[in-house]
Amino acid sequence: MSVDTQRAGASSTRTPRPRRGGGLMPEGSTYLAIGIGLVGVALTLGPIAYLILGGFRTQGDLAANPTGLPDPFQWQNYWEILSGPLFWRQLLNSTLVAVATTAAVVLFGTMAAYPLSRYRFRGRELVFVIFTTGLMFPLTVAVLPLYLLLRDLGISGLWGLVIPQIAFALPVTIIILRPFIAALPKELEEASFMDGITRIGFFWRMLLPLARPAMVTVGVLAFIGSWNAYLLPLLLLTGDPSGMTLPLGVTTFQGQHSAATTMIMAYTSLAMLPALAFFLLMERRIVDGLTGAVKG
Amino acid sequence: MTALEASGRNAGPAVEQSTAGSRPLTPATQHPRRDGVRKWAEIALFVGPALVLFLTFVVYPVVSAARYSLYKWNGVSQFSDAEFVGFSNYTRALWGGSDPATQQAFKTAYSQPFWEALSHNFAIIGLSLAIQLPVALLVALTLNRRFRGRAFTRVVIFAPYVLSEVIAGTMWLIIFDPNGIATQWTRAIGLDMPAGGWFEDPTWGFWTVFFIITWKYVGLAIILFLAGLSGVSEDLQEAAAIDGASWWQIQWRINIPLIGPTIRIWAFLSIIGSIQLFDMVWVLNRGGTAGQYSTIASYMMQIGFFRSDWGYGSAIAVIMFLLSFVIALAYMATILRRDNANPRKAR
Repeated sequence: MSVDTQRAGASSTRTPRPRRGGGLMPEGSTYLAIGIGLVGVALTLGPIAYLILGGFRTQGDLAANPTGLPDPFQWQNYWEILSGPLFWRQLLNSTLVAVATTAAVVLFGTMAAYPLSRYRFRGRELVFVIFTTGLMFPLTVAVLPLYLLLRDLGISGLWGLVIPQIAFALPVTIIILRPFIAALPKELEEASFMDGITRIGFFWRMLLPLARPAMVTVGVLAFIGSWNAYLLPLLLLTGDPSGMTLPLGVTTFQGQHSAATTMIMAYTSLAMLPALAFFLLMERRIVDGLTGAVKG
Repeated sequence: MTALEASGRNAGPAVEQSTAGSRPLTPATQHPRRDGVRKWAEIALFVGPALVLFLTFVVYPVVSAARYSLYKWNGVSQFSDAEFVGFSNYTRALWGGSDPATQQAFKTAYSQPFWEALSHNFAIIGLSLAIQLPVALLVALTLNRRFRGRAFTRVVIFAPYVLSEVIAGTMWLIIFDPNGIATQWTRAIGLDMPAGGWFEDPTWGFWTVFFIITWKYVGLAIILFLAGLSGVSEDLQEAAAIDGASWWQIQWRINIPLIGPTIRIWAFLSIIGSIQLFDMVWVLNRGGTAGQYSTIASYMMQIGFFRSDWGYGSAIAVIMFLLSFVIALAYMATILRRDNANPRKAR
């Protein structure tokens, strides 16, 4: 062991090696990496491409020749969906719910994380522990009573999604935000108090701008969670399809057009695109958020 | 939300004015009692909304689930009229209940599907660790180098993770349609689809669903492992290479042990996620036409919500919670403990 480290130290000081890829890795594995990468990309994109292309097919073409390019290539499915109001309504519903959920989660989460990380008060750790228990209560466990509670409170429609989603997203938000806020230098607060700014003023003027990176991270996670939610919409948004969010809208559309597979493919593709676009824009943030959350 | 935001904004400046002159530094040093009240008011203002929402819409429903699980109730009539049945909802699920007259019938009707669903959850856990983990690890280790198109590859492989389970599930329903492309391709290579259909077949249905789950989630594992690997010092690997270690030895002796904490956390997330799996199996024909790949969550919804047996459904929910709770605690106490005790993390 000691010999190893010695030798390693010596060699790295003597010969400063250029930092290529794997450095001194045995040759050939770059091709392996490219090969595996290509397989991974094909397995991932293949089904998605098949779905999107399928939307351009006729029903007969799909049955006869599902592998090749659409022949004839027809816009009709997409056009029919995009020219009607249903898809746009569901897109709007999903957007409203996700934006409202995200905004409220980030605001309330940051507000709660602030005293939990920077005030000293009795019961602080207890409150924090209460929030962390939320990680152990998945929506699935609570969903039946939650449905009844919302019914009794008269909360219906999209608000019925937003409010519980906020509540269920708060624990992970607070857990991610607390160490971040706690790590901001104490001098900032002292300087602000010196200038006569109260804690509330400090929160609005200093903390919110400074905590923005962490807030974006938790916001992105909350947005994805809300955008993909299915269980609550399944219970709450029964009936009129124009009141549904996209995931539930897709399954409902599929149920109603079971014979027109290419139409379902077009609808599903369109429903997929916003999430993919958001992902491409925010890829870095999503990965950072997840790895950050995992490392705790 | 907007109302609170506004009140917060109003409170800020107003309070400031009244205190600006008298308090040069941390307020608490000067007028302990008045400041104490103020401090608590601030804490309440900040923590209040989150705490109220959390207690009302998370804690209360969970506690209610535990309460409902002790009653026989259809969810429609007044709960106060519901009949208290003790733990019989639980025993009905676990072994058909203790009443000899109905036990055999209940065993077939309730206990058997319950254990079947549970066995699927555990099969998914086992297969995730036995298949997804090595695959993801191998892919991450090979991709952990600079090559043309690396960033693109990473982004693409990760993409399915952000799609909703519902939309991904619908896509695969079409691909694995009995007359769909999957069937045509298997026929083209001289095989046929499973006898009962990709999803309906009693044996293959589960594997089809597991394949879809893997497609959706293996990218997350790869990305997490890659993030862990990017934190492993290159000097260490180069030193080993100079000492004549092969690529495999470097992975096995250096990289894999050093990303151990990441792997263990991923396994934790995967286990908990597998126990709570719902959306995907529900979209794929509600856990299968004969429950070939039902999970506890899909079974709970089937019985509780769609057959209005709320007491029984709640008992299933509580069992699901206890299961994930016990597994989580056991995992943290045994496997994750050394990671937390040892601050030397992979990154």
